[in-house]
Amino acid sequence: MNEIPTPASIGLSREDLPNSYIGRSVPRPNVPKLVQGRATYTDDVVLPRMVHAAFLRSPHAHARFVSIDTSAAMQVPGVVRVFTGADIAKVCDPWVAVLAHLKGMKSAPQHPLPLDRATWQGEPVVAVVADSRAAAEDGVAALRVEWDPLPAQVDMETALAPGAVVIHPELGDNLVFQRTAVQGDVDAAFASAPKVVEATFVTGRHTGVTLEPRSIIADYNRADGTLTVHHSTQAPHMMQNVFAKQLRMEESQVRVICKDVGGSFGIKVHVYPDEVAVAAMSRVLGRPVKFVADRFESFASDIHARDHRIKGRIAVDAEGKILALDIDDLTGIGPYSVYPRTSAIEGNQVVNLCGGPYDFANYRCTTTVVLQNKVPTCQYRAVGHPIATAVTEGLVDLAAQAIGMDPIELRRRNLVRDDAYPFTSPAGMKFEGLSHHASLAKLLEMVPVDRIRADQAEARARGVYRGLGIAAFIELTNPSPFMYGIGGARISAQDGATVRMDPDGSVVVASGVTEQGQGTEAILAQIVAHGVGVPVSRVRVITGDTQATPYGGGTWACRGAGIGGEAALQSAIALKEQLLTVAGTMLQANPASLDIVLGEVVDKATGAQRISLAEIGRIVYFRGDTLPKELPREFVQTRHFITKDYPFAFTNGIQACWVEVDPATGMVKVLEHWCVEDCGRVINPLLVDEQVRGGIVQGLGGALYEHCIYDGEGNLLTTTMADYLVPMAAEMPEIHVGHVETPTKESLLGAKGAGEAGTAGAPGALMNAINDALRPLNAVVTEQPFTPARILRALGAI
Amino acid sequence: MKWPAIGYLRASSLDDIWRARAEHGDAAQLLAGGQTLLATLAFRLSEPKVLVDITRVAALRGVRVEGGVLRIGSLTRHAELGRDPLVAQHAPLLARAVPLIAHPAIRNRGTIGGSLAYADPAAELPACVVALGARIVALSPQGERRIAAEDFFTGLLSTALTAEEVIAAVEVPLATPASRSVILEVARRSGDYAMAGLAACIGMEGARATSARLVFFGVGSGPVLAARAGAALAGRTLDAAAIAAAQAALNEDLDPPGDMHGPPEMKRHLARVLLQRAIATTHPATEAAA
Repeated sequence: MNEIPTPASIGLSREDLPNSYIGRSVPRPNVPKLVQGRATYTDDVVLPRMVHAAFLRSPHAHARFVSIDTSAAMQVPGVVRVFTGADIAKVCDPWVAVLAHLKGMKSAPQHPLPLDRATWQGEPVVAVVADSRAAAEDGVAALRVEWDPLPAQVDMETALAPGAVVIHPELGDNLVFQRTAVQGDVDAAFASAPKVVEATFVTGRHTGVTLEPRSIIADYNRADGTLTVHHSTQAPHMMQNVFAKQLRMEESQVRVICKDVGGSFGIKVHVYPDEVAVAAMSRVLGRPVKFVADRFESFASDIHARDHRIKGRIAVDAEGKILALDIDDLTGIGPYSVYPRTSAIEGNQVVNLCGGPYDFANYRCTTTVVLQNKVPTCQYRAVGHPIATAVTEGLVDLAAQAIGMDPIELRRRNLVRDDAYPFTSPAGMKFEGLSHHASLAKLLEMVPVDRIRADQAEARARGVYRGLGIAAFIELTNPSPFMYGIGGARISAQDGATVRMDPDGSVVVASGVTEQGQGTEAILAQIVAHGVGVPVSRVRVITGDTQATPYGGGTWACRGAGIGGEAALQSAIALKEQLLTVAGTMLQANPASLDIVLGEVVDKATGAQRISLAEIGRIVYFRGDTLPKELPREFVQTRHFITKDYPFAFTNGIQACWVEVDPATGMVKVLEHWCVEDCGRVINPLLVDEQVRGGIVQGLGGALYEHCIYDGEGNLLTTTMADYLVPMAAEMPEIHVGHVETPTKESLLGAKGAGEAGTAGAPGALMNAINDALRPLNAVVTEQPFTPARILRALGAI
Repeated sequence: MKWPAIGYLRASSLDDIWRARAEHGDAAQLLAGGQTLLATLAFRLSEPKVLVDITRVAALRGVRVEGGVLRIGSLTRHAELGRDPLVAQHAPLLARAVPLIAHPAIRNRGTIGGSLAYADPAAELPACVVALGARIVALSPQGERRIAAEDFFTGLLSTALTAEEVIAAVEVPLATPASRSVILEVARRSGDYAMAGLAACIGMEGARATSARLVFFGVGSGPVLAARAGAALAGRTLDAAAIAAAQAALNEDLDPPGDMHGPPEMKRHLARVLLQRAIATTHPATEAAA
């Protein structure tokens, strides 16, 4: 199988390899459609007899509803029907989001619309269906709900304390999950350590803010008993199962179609009660029902993430050797664990990832996951990584400062050696092959550290405070069933691709992974063009349709390229072999002596053109009578791929951030940012670089601006784009991206994930940069987002 | 969210406005640039029955020097304010304020009359017109009246404008060689509402300040004229001692509420920083001396 040429295998640069699209910045074939406004987002789909849903959402963080009067709403022109929780429950079962491998985890049953009690402000409570969204909103405004407000458990710190409001009394307490990982003798290591440093870190609750909000059309057809769902989602097959299971249907009766998606970032891989309610309402009405969340609804009902408080200790010796890490993580996840991936994964990731880049002996990390009356949290881009990285790298910098060592040198002394693999981390993570030292070396080629330090000293003399921060990280990609499947969730870790050649010699690939706007379809086209031997312009891609693509998991946890891409490559190679078999028969040549280059069958030795794929297509499809009877002629091949040797394909990288802090105002200006990452084989450098840049921007956003702010009663204060601050181009620095390539040996393609690397490392690098800038002023900040108020407070200015 | 059903009327003249108001009363809402109003409709925070589009009323347009003042029609859009040569010459503070107002798309639509009528406490233009000692020309079927800018803003999102009136124009005293003006703000991101801002007009006589109108925004229920701080600078050379005295006086001038960005003490702190920076900006030498 390894005869597929890669640039390295035949000693050529990428540009020298005419028949290979792997490693080239091929433009995305779907870009013209996107920029010309000709994409098909879910909201662009208009169906006959379609009605629109709007939801009354709880104005209280925690309240019982005594009565719901729908009579006035039903009189509003255009209103078709009003649904309460009880109405929906007649056709739809509740779910409980726990995973069997997260031992002891518990959560409460969640209905699409609650039966008697709302548990977060923004929870959908009553649905109004009408001829238009505006009429549905008029109907919502006419609903009369009598509320009985209840005390709310807002603060996660007191969620387990005596006197806490137990949100689901049947659970006994607010504890969802707790896990401690221990390696070595942590207490002894700290007791005898020459230097111990500790700090408490806070990561701010924030959310994904997709440009296209959550969108769904559910269309139940009574004539054939099928439910077709047009859905802005990352995981069509998972949602097919969810809709079937909750609505008591067969999986085969449900089809999920997901065309263009305007960003997801993990937000669109979860089960949302309003979306399931839409499916249930269509089931009842027998009409298509559309729901598109508006921005208010997005802030109050899209999953939030990263609401953590982490206490950490690090022990080092005088030579800077890390002796031990001791981490205590607490996270509040809202009133329900989110189905089906659960809201314990983020805390679990913190346990798995802290200390990840380093070789040290003693590790202890506990995560405690508790309920609270806020928007439910769940997996968002780089799940747990930015938290673990900020804590680890924050502690490493504090340790370096405490023993007077250059933070880069301390890292060099502790990063896992590049020749140490396979390696198992203190947290128990298995690494096939990482490149921390090569990445650090590459970073230091890119970052002019000496010039920066000189500038820093000169600027300080002028009262200008600049700082450089570093953060090494690992990233979990290409997950096996160890992520969700072993816990009982019907989420496929395997993915498939079907590649076929049509009579004109063009190729179609149908893949189970999905396009979210990040370029999945572009890399699939490149891989298939490479694997079959056709121009990339001759490849069309089908994704996002459970009825038309092989079964797969979709796009999440950075698996599109590594898993979906490998399945596409394998099926493309299989198709090529089949084509060459037929071509060999036609040409009376040994198939092994032939190759396919840019859509032409050529003699491998001389490169001489023998026959075009279009001609082969013509003969096979229309003049099959001229071929030998026994000749197999299936120009369609399907392969599935799943990782088997390692639970996850870890990647690694390192980032640097250069900032200026105004100590008078507390404002931070990010001057420049660098990232070196190793995602294995880079399929499309342009797309990988932009993934890294976008990830860094989201990481910087969470660390500087983005914050879901609540008041003491559980009212969400940040419900518009004027209050919830996303990073904008004007504030973002020049971002430099470099690569080290350590392909995974689990696949021919060798690709690992790249989409979360930027987000994983950026907050930690930024925090260290700010603290480097503030060091002469004896101030340290560890609470994200690093707002002017927090920096001024650290400086003692307020 | 979607707008509620609304009627739309286009006014071509002042008389059209008066007629629409006579017919619809409080249910009529004037629409100019729409940069605040349209958002509140989408939020369903206001539900007027009829929008009266005044953007084609010629009497509310234009920038000219007239009777010794710069008269800026209320329909002047922020972007026009930013590129108008008369504004740059006679009221440079307003031209300097424009880049701080939101984003280009908003500046292309929003009007000075709309900004003043809405009276957002964090907005730049209300603070500027108070600092400039401008007068607001209010028009009604009964005629014109002129309201001093500092009397125009009466509280959170409220003004001295009556239900019969519309802002016709703003009249700004012409800048002189002795007047210095500056606007500074601290905002989380470019284009955001300021956490704290300062529009300052300082009259100079040699190295001595003859007057100082320091108007803070984002720190109260409207533009806040810091009279005590201004008095602390008036008549003095703007040295470090004068600045310190003015900063100290701010404690009594300002009573800022906290907001999502920080507590009141942060706003007080930022106000002191802005004051120092404003003086340093208008008098670079002072910075060195300080």
